[in-house]
Amino acid sequence: MSEIQNQVRAFIEDNFILGAKGTPFGPADSFLDLHLIDSTGFLELITYLEETFGIVVKDEEMLPENLDSLQAIEAYLARKRAA
Amino acid sequence: MVGEVRFGPDVLALDAEAEATRIADWMVQAVGQGLRKRGVIIAMSGGVDSSVCAALAVRAFGPKKVYGLLLPERDSSGSSASQGRLVAEQLGVVHELFDIAPALQGLGCYAQRDAAIRSVFPEYGDDWKCKITIAGGAQGGINFFRLVVQSPSGEQRDARLPVKEYLQIVAATNHKQRIRKTVEYYHADRLNYAVIGTPNRLEYDQGFFVKNGDGAADIKPIAHLYKTQVYALARHLGLPDVVCNALPTTDTYSLAQGQDEFYFTLPYAKMDLALWAHGHAVPAAELAAVIGISEDQARFIYADIEAKRRTTHYLHARPMLVEPVLADD
Repeated sequence: MSEIQNQVRAFIEDNFILGAKGTPFGPADSFLDLHLIDSTGFLELITYLEETFGIVVKDEEMLPENLDSLQAIEAYLARKRAA
Repeated sequence: MVGEVRFGPDVLALDAEAEATRIADWMVQAVGQGLRKRGVIIAMSGGVDSSVCAALAVRAFGPKKVYGLLLPERDSSGSSASQGRLVAEQLGVVHELFDIAPALQGLGCYAQRDAAIRSVFPEYGDDWKCKITIAGGAQGGINFFRLVVQSPSGEQRDARLPVKEYLQIVAATNHKQRIRKTVEYYHADRLNYAVIGTPNRLEYDQGFFVKNGDGAADIKPIAHLYKTQVYALARHLGLPDVVCNALPTTDTYSLAQGQDEFYFTLPYAKMDLALWAHGHAVPAAELAAVIGISEDQARFIYADIEAKRRTTHYLHARPMLVEPVLADD
């Protein structure tokens, strides 16, 4: 798993999963399908991405295909940095 | 087709007289036999839900056993108290007006809300107005919120709300529903009355209420009715035209704010049909054709209905216990 995915995973585990065992999730697993992150949680995740990776998430980019898994987030960040 | 019923606006048709009688009979049983109370408290916002509940209560108990409360605050629309009073007078119920703004000010409701707004719009002044609007979900995106402010000269500005500020604004404004409920229970305790909660089915199902605020009540007589059906009852019960024709608002923010701007993804008439369709396994394509949206949008609406149920599940939940203590735990 890449460094970016590890960073985001740590953020999610620290902030959204209460309890030592938590819910295991893989790089391609949907946060929505696993009920890992609710609507407010996604807003927190977006703030985290903006502050940590120095990007601005535009309204029209707030889509599951950009933000709903570790792999999706990594690919989205790569596209933002390349732009 | 859904069983013998073809999906369309007619699925929400109801026999208003039979339904009003059924609810009134149930209220007598629930309040008198179930709760052993002597009457009911109803906070009257002038909106269609509380007005219908008040009229049903009068049908059930007679006007002398219904105590109406008009509970405006600084951001209530001017028509809220006047419409509430109009309904109370038409129904002949005892009522009183109690301004909750001083209590809210004492709690810091306005100051905490305005501090969060000023971190987005530093120029926001005491004489400005504001509201929050929802976006994203109806287009298949992630729901997010925009803050709209308006200067005294009428100029509007809007910006996406960061999550911290969004939560602080909502938490601060939730004081309004909770203080209203505190006042309602003061009178309930004083009179040995039960408190009526006024959610309709959309609000109850989708969790559009404040826990221990407007969600708190002893009976909820219209929680099974779609908003469309509540309007039908309002007309049948002869409530004033301003109530029967009013669009649903939150009456919580100083700028006029429709419920569909803040919470629901469609206007109520379409949202009613979407919720009915979702509950009766109507294919998204069929919903789309009936309410005039795309099939993709219909799928997004279904997903949003399920997401809101998940997110607001805890609002309905009783406090959790390690093990049952009483017989009905």
